[in-house]
Amino acid sequence: MLFNNLDQLYRSVIMDHYKKPRNRGVLEGDHCVTVNMNNPSCGDKIQVSLEIEDNKVVDVKYSGTGCAISQSSASMMTEAIKGLKVDQIHQLTFDFSEMVQGHEHNDDLDLGDAEALHGVSQYPARIKCATLAWKAVEKALREADPEKSPQ
Amino acid sequence: MNIESIRRDFPILNQQVNGHKLVYLDNSATSQKPSSVIQTMVNYYEHYNSNVHRGVHTLGTIATDRYEEAREKIRSFINAKSEKEIIYTMGTTQSLNLIAYGYGLARLGEGDEILITPMEHHANLIPWQQVAKKTGAVLRYFPMEEDGTLDLDKVRKAVTDRVKIVSVTEVSNVLGTVNPVKEIAAIAHAHGAIMVVDGAQSTPHMTVDVQDMDADFFAFSGHKMLGPTGIGVLYGKQALLEAMEPIETGGEMIDEVGFQSATWAELPWKLEAGTPHIAGAIGLGAAIDYLQNVGMDTIQNYEEQLTGRAYDLLSEIDGVTLYGPHKRSGLVSFNIDGVHPHDVSTALDSEGIAVRAGHHCAQPLMSCLKCESTVRASFYFYNSEDEIEALAKGIKETKEFFGHVV
Repeated sequence: MLFNNLDQLYRSVIMDHYKKPRNRGVLEGDHCVTVNMNNPSCGDKIQVSLEIEDNKVVDVKYSGTGCAISQSSASMMTEAIKGLKVDQIHQLTFDFSEMVQGHEHNDDLDLGDAEALHGVSQYPARIKCATLAWKAVEKALREADPEKSPQ
Repeated sequence: MNIESIRRDFPILNQQVNGHKLVYLDNSATSQKPSSVIQTMVNYYEHYNSNVHRGVHTLGTIATDRYEEAREKIRSFINAKSEKEIIYTMGTTQSLNLIAYGYGLARLGEGDEILITPMEHHANLIPWQQVAKKTGAVLRYFPMEEDGTLDLDKVRKAVTDRVKIVSVTEVSNVLGTVNPVKEIAAIAHAHGAIMVVDGAQSTPHMTVDVQDMDADFFAFSGHKMLGPTGIGVLYGKQALLEAMEPIETGGEMIDEVGFQSATWAELPWKLEAGTPHIAGAIGLGAAIDYLQNVGMDTIQNYEEQLTGRAYDLLSEIDGVTLYGPHKRSGLVSFNIDGVHPHDVSTALDSEGIAVRAGHHCAQPLMSCLKCESTVRASFYFYNSEDEIEALAKGIKETKEFFGHVV
């Protein structure tokens, strides 16, 4: 097997989300908010749409272009946050960010497939790829309700 | 040229990265430094660190002499007429900003045109966008051929009397295209425009003669040609530099200062406010000594051979797309079908091979190439044929890895 260590980063579940992305698209409607985020150092682009009702994200979609890490992370993020309350999502994005940086993190909440991205912590240059979609979610939540979201 | 002996002069090359021998192929981003450059800078700090052009004490005199000797080396290296035409800057970006703001801003007006190419680095693009916005001038682009070259007939048609500034990179940092800057300068001059040349990617790799190309301004960086970061050069024809008002003022650049006004020092110091990067300038002088010792023609010929080998090996790999013309300076930009450049770069890095992935600070060019980003392997004269082979092997393995990973 070539690139032995590389398997720890590019796990098959990650490549599966990359090649078969879940929840691609955009949401439009009264309760929807859509934001764009770029990673200017590499050109990755992500768009995330949230549909929020009663303080809960009832639907989420994304689109964008970029590497396997940024795009699979976005796909996994949509599965992880759909149906969660806004404050649970804040906690989840925080935990995810801590995980990919290799910090201690609380695992009470279920990151789902996104757990597979923990290997990114061994590749510091790729942490920004992994967190892009999650930062976009935070940005969308801020836009939806600027007062309640932590900065 | 004895490649083994050259490689021994670059201590950084002799190391393992991720358990493999380092193969450094990111030279267009920055080059490595030979011991002679590093030692020259250490020697300055250990033995004669002092400010220049100020005190009359001994160390200050030595520092000033070395600093000005380096300026003379640079003058000779690019064949400028006079040391007055060599302005130390932080690098190409600052040099180009100095031209745009120090020369362009005061001379451009409504309806005037600035002409650049679609293959410019952001450093030779955004300053002109900004100056165009401030002055009402129009920023236009030469048409580019599909292979990433310029057609001189089209260049001729594009330059009208409305054009005041033509600014072109001598070598594209993404495609490796070598632009005919001498011919373009002649066309620009026939219409009364000035010719600016971005030499960041050419100066390290080929003989530069600013008088022969008849550039009005020429910009380059030290760190891409064996020198340290933070030092670069703005060359300008003396008459143009004389006419420029300094955009930075303060220490070192004055003649006489009163309570309400001041007069400027003569060139080149008029355009060098504040304490300069003394160690950097002296280090760049040592870098030029090294390059001249090897010989710029030798370097260019050797790199042509390496690049040709890389081009041939990579074009044999199915699913690899190469960008840019066949005749090129020392780099190859490419993509592997279905694998994002960042993933390629991470995979190669795990084999010790350092390449650049991204838009290479040339986003408009990426849209011309109809891709978001590319992988770029860029060479210097200390790279070996073995390293080119390692790159080709790494690309094949990367393709295989991502083909099998699902």
